[in-house]
Amino acid sequence: MIEVKNLCKSFGDNKVLCGINEKIEKGEKVAIIGPSGSGKSTFIRCLNRLEEPTSGEIWFEGQNIVDKNTDIDKVRQHMGMVFQHFNLFPHLTIKENITLAPVRLKLMSKEEADIKAMQLLERVGLTDKADTYPAMLSGGQKQRIAIVRALAMNPKVMLFDEPTSALDPEMVGEVLDLIRELADEGMTMVIVTHEMGFAREVATRVLFIDEGLVKEQNTPDKFFSDPQNPRLQNFLAKVL
Amino acid sequence: MSNWFESVYKDVYRGLIMDDRWKLYLEGTGITLSLAAVACLMGIVIGVFVAVCKYYGTRRNASPVWRTAAKLCDVYTTVIRGTPIVLQLLIIYSLTVWTKGTYACMLGFGINSGAYISEIFRSGINSIDIGQMEAGRSLGLSEGTTMMRIILPQAIKNVLPALFNEFIALVKETSVAGYIAVRDVTKVASSIKGTYFVSSPLYIAAVIYLVLVLFLTFLQKRLERRLARSDRG
Repeated sequence: MIEVKNLCKSFGDNKVLCGINEKIEKGEKVAIIGPSGSGKSTFIRCLNRLEEPTSGEIWFEGQNIVDKNTDIDKVRQHMGMVFQHFNLFPHLTIKENITLAPVRLKLMSKEEADIKAMQLLERVGLTDKADTYPAMLSGGQKQRIAIVRALAMNPKVMLFDEPTSALDPEMVGEVLDLIRELADEGMTMVIVTHEMGFAREVATRVLFIDEGLVKEQNTPDKFFSDPQNPRLQNFLAKVL
Repeated sequence: MSNWFESVYKDVYRGLIMDDRWKLYLEGTGITLSLAAVACLMGIVIGVFVAVCKYYGTRRNASPVWRTAAKLCDVYTTVIRGTPIVLQLLIIYSLTVWTKGTYACMLGFGINSGAYISEIFRSGINSIDIGQMEAGRSLGLSEGTTMMRIILPQAIKNVLPALFNEFIALVKETSVAGYIAVRDVTKVASSIKGTYFVSSPLYIAAVIYLVLVLFLTFLQKRLERRLARSDRG
């Protein structure tokens, strides 16, 4: 579904990614872990070109999205993204947050989008918040709305960039539960996370990114119980 | 004391009521208002355009077109903010001699306030977290749609006080329109004063400006209250 070939990204003289090759199949749940500054966020942001890769190719459903002729807006309609800081639109109601993109992009009529939004809100148990504004929600609620907003586009893949890192500890659970549900329904997803337990439980594959390279990858069981790379051993020893 | 009242009354009578002179003030106020309104609209259009150009032109990976546009906009704000409004009006009047001074004035004030408003909008756009743009783009919205639907509405809310500052200043700034023979309310007042040797017209004009500004202030408060709906309640 997504194939990354020799992806490099530098900010000025700072090389953040240096030649990543990776293939993500439909239905896979790929967790990415690594020390801060390792390039994992940059990597996931390159997948929908929020960061412009310096070189390399990214193929999504048979289309090289790095190619200048690719209509990246069209591609992004199929790739949902969830951010560490939620990034809900504070001037719009919760319902408007969800319906803005599908209606603006003429994928749904206003009525269809409203119905869809209410269904999604029901799913996360926040129907009573439909007409309130983001400022009135807790962090966990905001992030669940952010996920639902991405889902309203019926994406083929979901990208999560540290979805729980900005949450109070007691709110992490509700967000992870929702992501877990999505995973169980077969959604293809890529998650940058610091929640090792979650990665171990939900991911079908775990990648360790360090110094801009995928240093090790494996099934969650082997990844956590039998790490090979000394950097990874060291990292796991610190965080587990 | 009664003498004083009498002389004030006489002054006001001759400055305002005699020969229906109040009509002149009304006409003058109409001109002042239309100058300010047109200039304000023009200023907003120019201001948004310039602010957006500068926003895109100064980004890390800006294209040469945006970069050039931003440079030109920089020249515009530098020149306009660096020269006096009266001089600008005189220059524009001299360039547009075939038409009425009123139009030259609208153009002049519009171009002038555009420079100030652009900086206000620029600060507004910059006050919005980059994550808002990213979130909009990640949903597949184009750069333009994200700007119009997500960034600008929030930016405008943030700069409303500064924007009204500029509008209020603009209303009063139009009082120099008399320099190019436009009969705005200040010009009307000063010519009545000069013709009939009374001083009340100046105070009358002052009250008119004050009322206009009070109305703007009222408008600002209402708008701010409306836009505060999404704030933490």
